[in-house]
Amino acid sequence: MRTHNNVILETMIRLVLFIIILFSVYIFFAGHYYPGGGFIGGLMTAGAIVLMLIAYDIKTVSIILPFNYRIMTGIGLLFAIGTSAGAIFFNVPFLTHAFGHIVLPVLGDISLHTATLFDLGVYLVVVGVTMTIIQTIGEDE
Amino acid sequence: MLDTVIHIALFCLALSMIGLIYRVIKGPSIPDRVIALDAIGINLIAIIALISIVLKTNAFLEVILLLGILAFIGTVAFSKYLEKGVIFERERDR
Repeated sequence: MRTHNNVILETMIRLVLFIIILFSVYIFFAGHYYPGGGFIGGLMTAGAIVLMLIAYDIKTVSIILPFNYRIMTGIGLLFAIGTSAGAIFFNVPFLTHAFGHIVLPVLGDISLHTATLFDLGVYLVVVGVTMTIIQTIGEDE
Repeated sequence: MLDTVIHIALFCLALSMIGLIYRVIKGPSIPDRVIALDAIGINLIAIIALISIVLKTNAFLEVILLLGILAFIGTVAFSKYLEKGVIFERERDR
């Protein structure tokens, strides 16, 4: 039998969570031209997951989001090292980034930059490290 | 004209923040302090909005939304700790 009843919080979380995650994704993609970037975007995504952990519990959240955050940190580091080491194969120094305008069928003319992939690595590392710290402390008795 | 109005508003917000800081220090119970900290966060949002009008920039608008979200998360975490003693439950009682 459930002794605690927090209907207001759980209903609120369902609405607010999408706004927070959308905001974090916006701040991640706007990082090239406006304030923001991978670090603060990753922290906001981790904040959304923390809000979910507060409203539900650790077991439910691990069912909703079945990620191993240590592997996520490793994938983020692989993205960072991959985009920086990829420059070596084009006879340019390490960490040289390239960009170009590409015409896609629906989106039209967009400028793609490999620094975005590096930023994606930062994003994954920040989410992974933050959630590893919080889950490790939270599961401690 | 607008500049004067904004400076008066900033002064009033600073005064209300002093009142809230008094409540944080003096507050007889923990919930008083939590509510005062939440209101300080909201006041900070208002101050950032007014400062961004003074500086004629829209680079701080992300900070406003960010502070709103962070104040909400912090207050919810504090309230859950005060009510149940833990912030993250391992397994919910069903």
